[in-house]
This record gives sequence, C-alpha cells and structure tokens, in this order.
Amino acid sequence: MTEGITREETSELMTGSAPESTEAAIPAVDPATVFDVRDLDVFYGNFRAVRDVNLEIRQREITAFIGPSGCGKSTVLRCFDRMNDLIEGARVEGQVLYHGVDLYDPRIDPVEVRKRIGMVFQKPNPFPKSIYDNIAFGPRIAGTRANLDDIVEHALRRSALWDEVKDRLKKSAMGLSGGQQQRLCIARAIAVEPEVILMDEPCSALDPIATARIEDLMQELKSEYTIIIVTHNMQQAARVSDRTAFFTTEVNPDSDTRTGRLVEFATTQKIFSAPDDERTENYITGRFG
Amino acid sequence: MNELLVHFDAGEALLRGTTKRSRRVRNRLASIWMAGSVLVAIVPLALVIGYVVVKGIGQLTPDWFTKDLPAVTRKASGGMGPAIVGTLLITGVAAAMAVPLGVLGAIYLHEYGGRGRLARLIRFMADVMTGVPSIVMGLFVYTVWTISHGLSAFGGALALACLMLPIIIRTTEEMLRLVPDELRQASYALGNRKWRTIITVVLPAAFGGITSGVMLAVARAAGETAPLVFTIGAARNLNLSIFNGPTTALSVQIFGNAQTPFEAAQARAWGAALTLVALVFILTILARVVSARVARRHNA
Repeated sequence: MTEGITREETSELMTGSAPESTEAAIPAVDPATVFDVRDLDVFYGNFRAVRDVNLEIRQREITAFIGPSGCGKSTVLRCFDRMNDLIEGARVEGQVLYHGVDLYDPRIDPVEVRKRIGMVFQKPNPFPKSIYDNIAFGPRIAGTRANLDDIVEHALRRSALWDEVKDRLKKSAMGLSGGQQQRLCIARAIAVEPEVILMDEPCSALDPIATARIEDLMQELKSEYTIIIVTHNMQQAARVSDRTAFFTTEVNPDSDTRTGRLVEFATTQKIFSAPDDERTENYITGRFG
Repeated sequence: MNELLVHFDAGEALLRGTTKRSRRVRNRLASIWMAGSVLVAIVPLALVIGYVVVKGIGQLTPDWFTKDLPAVTRKASGGMGPAIVGTLLITGVAAAMAVPLGVLGAIYLHEYGGRGRLARLIRFMADVMTGVPSIVMGLFVYTVWTISHGLSAFGGALALACLMLPIIIRTTEEMLRLVPDELRQASYALGNRKWRTIITVVLPAAFGGITSGVMLAVARAAGETAPLVFTIGAARNLNLSIFNGPTTALSVQIFGNAQTPFEAAQARAWGAALTLVALVFILTILARVVSARVARRHNA
C-alpha cells in the first residue's frame, strides 16, 4: 500500500514521459528508504568537493551529518533537493535515489523535487513580507485550493509558533527574533507538506534557548517528516538524531585541495559510543577537527 | 609591593590616555568641519529654490495653467498651458518607453545574464550612454526620426527615453544586487520557479529602490532642453497629438524666454522654471507615496 503511493508520487516527478515507462524503471525498494545515495561525487568545475558517498536515509528518522568544515556535508545535503543546480559549474556523478527514482535523471524537474523536499537554511531567511504571507507563499505558488487561513494556522501550530504570533499575522516577519524567524522558516517549509525537511546548520545563528526549542520541534516533526540535519555541533547530533554520518576531508595527493568523504554512517548511538573508524573516534572525542 | 605599583601605573596611564587634550581638539575640529561642509552644500540648493520661488510665484495665476502662449513675447499676456501639457506628455511617453525596457533589461542583466559576454557588453554600453551629452541624443533622434517624420512630441520622447534608459538600467541593477541571495534561495527551496521568484520575491523587495531610480531618471529627463530643441519644434497652441505637429515644453520655454531682452518674457521664464521644479517635486512625492503603499502591501 505504502509502496503503491510512493510509486505514484515518484512518477509524478518525471516530466515528459509516459507513466508505463517510469513504472518499469523503478526498481523494487524498501518503502521506508527515502533516499538511497550510491557512489555520489560532487564537482564544482574541475574540483571534486565530495567523493564516494553511499548512504541510506530512512523515513521518519532524523539523520545528522557531522564533520569538520569543508568536508562536504552541506554539499551532499544540497543534492537531496538539487539546490546545487543553482551553483554555476556544480555537477553530480552517481545516483541519489528518491524512492527508487534517480533525482538526477534528465527527465526530473528540479522544481518538482523542491516541492517535495523542503529546506531550512543556516541563516533565518524569512521574506520581507507579513508572517501570514511567508507561510502562505509556498501553497500559493503551488496553486492550492485549500483554505489558506487553515494552512497557515496548522503550519504555525506545528512549528510551535502559533501562540507567539497569532495576534500579529499581518505584521512583518522581519520583526521576529532570530529563533522565531527560524521556526517561521520551518513553518514555511512544512506549509507545502514536503516529505523531507533538509536543515543546513539551522541553529548556528541562534542562542542556546532558541536552539533548544528548534531541537524540541524537530523531535515533534519526526512523527510526520523525514529530517536530515547538517550540524557543526556534535552534542546536537547526539541529542536529536537517530543516525549519524561522519564526513571528513582528505588532502588530494596531486594538489593541495581537499575532498570530502563519508567516513562512517551508523546509528547515532554507535557513532558516539563505539565507532568503527578511528577517525570518527578522534573527531567525536575532540582530538581533531 | 611591586605588583601594586604596576596596578597603579596602569590605571594612571588609562586616565591620561583618555583625557588627552590634543585628541579632543582634533575631534572637535573634524566635527565642525563636517557640519560646516553640510551647511555650505545646502546653501546653493536653498538659494536656487528660494530664488526660483520668489521670482516665479507671481506668474502662477489660473490663466498661467490654461491659456495658450502669447503671440507677442514683449507683453505680459497669455499663459504656459501648452508647455505644461507638452512637458507632461513628452516625459510621460518617454517614461512609458524607457521604464519597462530599462527594468526588464536590468532584470536580464542581473538575474539571467550574469557575467556573460552579452551582459558585460550591455552594461558597458549603458555606462557609456549615461555619459553621452543630451544634445547628442537630440541630434541622433533628429537624424533618425525627425527628418523623416517631422517635429512632434514623440521625437522629444524618443530622445528623453534614450537619456532615461541607461539611468534606469543601472540603478535598477544596483537595487536588484541589494536583494539578498538568501531570499532567492528560500523561494527556490519552496519549489518556486525562477521567473516567479523574480516577480514574487525579488521585485517586491527591490521595489522602493527601483522607484527611486526611475524617479531620478524622470526628473532628469523632464528638465532636459537640448534634445527637445531639435525634435519638438515650437508651438504656441496646445497640441495633444503625440505624433503630429510641433509642440513645446517648459524647459524650452525657459530657454527661449530667458534669452529675450523683454521683462515680461523673462518673468515668464521664471514662472516656467518654478512650474517645472514644482512638477518634478510633486511627481517625486507621488512616486514615494505610491511605492510606500505598494511596499506595504507586498512586504507588510
């Protein structure tokens, strides 16, 4: 049943091809696997930023990407909603399968991908519009026929912001505090009902109290959404995530550039208590990075 | 004992450093210099406006706005109606041509062209065009349009549009550059397409600045004389047609009347100058009000 729905959803992503052919192209996959990344390399021009990433993202779990600066964790994150496409010269090799469909298949429309996979950025980036218009933005461009008031209220309640802003929905979102703005951005992302929410260091610009609220919110949202979070903060990864991927950088032998690599991917408990790889152990114990 | 001494010395040094007399004096002098510069800069501006108002206000009777230009410039009679209408018409048509072209051109340059060859070429040409003297624009339009089509408001509008276009392109591009890239990213991440992102996010965020740039260009064009002298002719009567027959404009009337030895004509030149200044002033305020209202609606 779940698989059937999944197939319909993914075939919608395809543009310009008959449904029969896409049906045949979709291999049998575990419906609980949202993303299956196979041998992913990302290039910026001739520079290889990340190499040989293999991992599986499971439904309704929080997966954390940790690692030192420049290890490519944000770069990999941006492959899941094809935001790397916006960077000139960015190129991807390998596969990012979303429910069995390769997101980098030439028939895929990146805009359709981004409607299903939401994103929250490092710096809160509300539009200079009212709180209401920020939340209603996504549903409006998607041409929703549902009641916008209900969508806005639901999204704000879901992101634990409703009580703080319900009396000033028509006021500018720029008047909110940093933490509120970030929760507004989460509400804006979930208003279009994505399946996945990507978070790129969502708390790095926030104080500890605002950070704690976002972390609580993530636990809440886990029941409905699959979340991938990039974080510099190891404690945060340990607190919130179910699985953790540790990335690091390797110096390329022929030049002084560095390429990111996935070192270890396992349950968060294992990564933080008994990692297989020595480099992971060194990083989480603070001996490096 | 020694430590206590160091402690005491450090405090002493701090006190001495902050109360240094020469530093305070220099601070004072620099402040006075800056305040003085502002005052000096304001003086000519205030004098010009004050002088124009004092000299021109006497002309502004109801007849001034409604009557045709007098047949004989020696005597005080008639009004400035055709020139006021002419200025509004010519500037309006010029803006109608230059604003959409300029804004769309700037959107192409900043959002699509980027650092490409074509974009760089257009940007360079726009910069060159900003520096081209307005009389050259008039001459250009005179050769390509007026010689074959005759004197008309449209010829003047073409020349003014050529003047406005580079200003609008460059200011609009600057304003688009000020829109943070994070906003575009946020829009794309919600599954918004590029053209729609420009319409729903980028333009509303830049609207105030674009309006200012457009108003700057309109104000500049409204006061231009040289390009009009070749292209619109010198009519005495009201001409509402854009394409047919000569018309006149306030700037041309200032130029013509101020050159005569007759007191009545010189007074009319002052009146026309005041009318022009007031017109630009009103247009600017109007644009501010409209843009503030639009910005409020879009940006809450």
